[in-house]
Amino acid sequence: MIRLSHIKKSFRVSRRAGGIKNAVGSFFRRQYDTVEALADISFEIGDGEMVGYIGPNGAGKSSTVKVMSGILTPDSGECVINGRVPWKQRKEHVSELGVVFGQRSALWWDVPVADSFELLQAIYSVDPIEYRRNLDRLTEMLDLSQLLQTPTRQLSLGQRMRCEIAAALIHSPKILFLDEPTIGLDAVSKIAVRDFVADLNRERGTTVILTTHDMQDIEALTKRIILIGRGRILLDGQLSDLRHRFEGRRRLTAEFTGSADLTALPEGASLLTLDGREGLSAVSDGSHRAVFAIDGSPSALISLLSGKTELTDIAVESTSIDEIVVNMYREYGV
Amino acid sequence: MKKISNLTVYRKFLSIHLRSLMQYKASFIMTLLGQFSGAFSAFLTIYFLLRRFGTVEGYTYQEVLLCFASIYMAFSLAETFARGLDRFPAVIGNGEFDRILVRPRNEIFQVIASKTELTRLGRLLQAIVTFCYAIPASGIDFTPDKILCLVLMVVCGALVFVGVFVIFAFICFFTLEGLEFMNILTDGVREHGSYPFDIYGKEIMTVMTFVVPYTLVQVYPLHYLIGRTDSLLNLFAPLLALVFLIPCALLWKLGVRHYKSTGS
Amino acid sequence: MSEAAKQPSFLHKYLAFFHIRFSAGLQYRAAALAGIATQFFWGFMETLLYNAFWRGDPSAFPMGLQATVNYIWFRQAMLSMFNSWHFDSSIFSAITGGSISMELIRPCDLYAMWLTKSCASRLSRVVLRCMPILVIASFLPAGYGMRFPEGCETAGDVVFALAVTLISLIGSLLVVSSIEMFVYISTFYTLNHAGVRMVYGMVAGFLGGELVPLPFLPDGFYDVLQYLPFAAVQSAPCLIWGGTLAGMDALRTVGLQFIWAAVLIVTGRMWLNRSLKRVVVQGG
Repeated sequence: MIRLSHIKKSFRVSRRAGGIKNAVGSFFRRQYDTVEALADISFEIGDGEMVGYIGPNGAGKSSTVKVMSGILTPDSGECVINGRVPWKQRKEHVSELGVVFGQRSALWWDVPVADSFELLQAIYSVDPIEYRRNLDRLTEMLDLSQLLQTPTRQLSLGQRMRCEIAAALIHSPKILFLDEPTIGLDAVSKIAVRDFVADLNRERGTTVILTTHDMQDIEALTKRIILIGRGRILLDGQLSDLRHRFEGRRRLTAEFTGSADLTALPEGASLLTLDGREGLSAVSDGSHRAVFAIDGSPSALISLLSGKTELTDIAVESTSIDEIVVNMYREYGV
Repeated sequence: MKKISNLTVYRKFLSIHLRSLMQYKASFIMTLLGQFSGAFSAFLTIYFLLRRFGTVEGYTYQEVLLCFASIYMAFSLAETFARGLDRFPAVIGNGEFDRILVRPRNEIFQVIASKTELTRLGRLLQAIVTFCYAIPASGIDFTPDKILCLVLMVVCGALVFVGVFVIFAFICFFTLEGLEFMNILTDGVREHGSYPFDIYGKEIMTVMTFVVPYTLVQVYPLHYLIGRTDSLLNLFAPLLALVFLIPCALLWKLGVRHYKSTGS
Repeated sequence: MSEAAKQPSFLHKYLAFFHIRFSAGLQYRAAALAGIATQFFWGFMETLLYNAFWRGDPSAFPMGLQATVNYIWFRQAMLSMFNSWHFDSSIFSAITGGSISMELIRPCDLYAMWLTKSCASRLSRVVLRCMPILVIASFLPAGYGMRFPEGCETAGDVVFALAVTLISLIGSLLVVSSIEMFVYISTFYTLNHAGVRMVYGMVAGFLGGELVPLPFLPDGFYDVLQYLPFAAVQSAPCLIWGGTLAGMDALRTVGLQFIWAAVLIVTGRMWLNRSLKRVVVQGG
């Protein structure tokens, strides 16, 4: 159980202007700008949930993750994770926490991956039997058997990320923070990582918090997303709800045989093209293809079409999550 | 879940460092030799000056060498095993400290364990060679108390250097610029502390006692070692020097708190 | 192109290199301040050490106490020019990493370019650092602080000593930079420069008077070592500013410095060109 309420954090950033005169001046009297990294952050995440934490760069994502990891002490507000305050009971807290920083390695560069894992076992005081079991399972699920004896520096990015994730899970943490886990990976590795995280969450009930810019990650993994911008929570809800609110008009493509007059359509639907042509609204016998734009549910249009024609195929394209997020950003002005 | 002791973890760290080292044998040996040659130059300086002058403030050549070897040994031990503190600017700079904070072990333990610089043993080698010559040549009767004295000088000396490294790391939490001035209290003491500090005069003695208690691991026990005094206070002065580690530890805590409140 | 038209652009080119290096070296103010503090501390401790020896046995001194103290302060002030451990890592990587061919494309003499770089970076580091040390050292009490060279009685003597020291410093800069070139060039043959640098550091430390001023070495050493190029780096100007070398001795020493500089530059340039041919032949 993760609970944050009214977390605030601001930083002082020294203001620097160019020139020797200013440099000397700032030596004696520095001017600071206060930057509000976290203005008022509150949310709750239940055990076993998988949440996408998204927002533009500088929105406060990593500050929030740092607060939850016990690395950063907030100015005010409460944060309780599994009954502990992260920055007060650091050691107890982090022993139940796994963190993958996408850009920085948790592995030792010059020794085989297996040696790094063994050191982590000691650092986290993992029981040898449990360690063995975890390692076997991780090796199988992430396909690591070929990699364990390879020094980290010789691994490809995708191979390394698989090892990094395993390293974060050696001590069976209850909570896993994934910071940009698929950044820079090839398509195959991305899918492998996503599948693994989904399995982990399903089978072990590990709570997963995912910060990412990759909308496919979100789409593949999380139902719930929390959007942060300028240090505030802008939105906290189900991915499907968000779709409804933020996706614009969708396209519906229908293929049918027979004649049809498509002048009268249900509300919210409009005909874009018929057989590839604009302005056409009626066709005689033969196979045809019509593209519509719809607001809201497509069911009325579909029943109209199926009543009038012999439908052979129908497809509804949803707006990509990228577009949704762009829309959300636009609406909130972040 | 049974907690694995820090000692076991340290051993595992050490074994990782050793295996990493084996990947770069040639460069390791080269650096080791470089360290040795630097230490050998320092020895040569003493040799030439004492050969010309015979004594300095009543200290003979062999007595100066004992001082030189003990401070060099203390320094090289500190540098070998607490190198993680010495390279703290990098630890802060590349975000490694965040990584340390998300692991359930003491922070300073992890920083120290994170790096073992075995190339620095080149200086230790010079110290050992010097001891091999100076101990028999000094004419000192090495009774158990004298052996204890020498051991305390080296061990507590190393710990005082570690304390200075901690202060260095403390400063790194606030700024990464101009840190070179700390060399005065590390390399400077190693080089100039090759001679007993009392030859430099009262002011230096005061600074090296009350700013950093180097004299307590150097001049004072040395006087006991070479028989200038029988006072047990001199023999156990190195233990007194360990009090210095208390403010160092407090500063470190302050630094970590600062880091956690700024996140960088 | 006539010789007259060629001349200014030739100089201009190397001045530009010099300017880039020089201003790059001036950037690190905090590091420079810390460096000054460290060098000052070092000098201070050394003067205290030699004073301790002086109290023990002044008759064993090969030169006066004031000359020794002057030597120490002058060396500390100019250390970043004399030192034998500062190298330009970009030159090393140009040689080992193969980007040397890029350098060869430029329409200038590679040796002259590298030498300019080296001189400029040494000079830029010393310009910031020397003045504070020299000034503070001059205000320290007698026996500990820097004074005019021993034996200077008239203003004319002082001006002469100052002029000779300055010229000697130019000689030092040329000699140390041209020795530095030899270390770079040797990288063509060893590829790992760590070893060469280490040996050079040892040799320069001992033969150049970095460990102890050369006259403090056992009797007889100085008689020989003073003629080697290593003595032309820090020993020459420091002994002149101490007053140990005065009058004709000082002039002879400066003359020798410039002879060494000429010899080292000519042979270094020849060696570099020969090494480059080797690279071109090997690299195709």
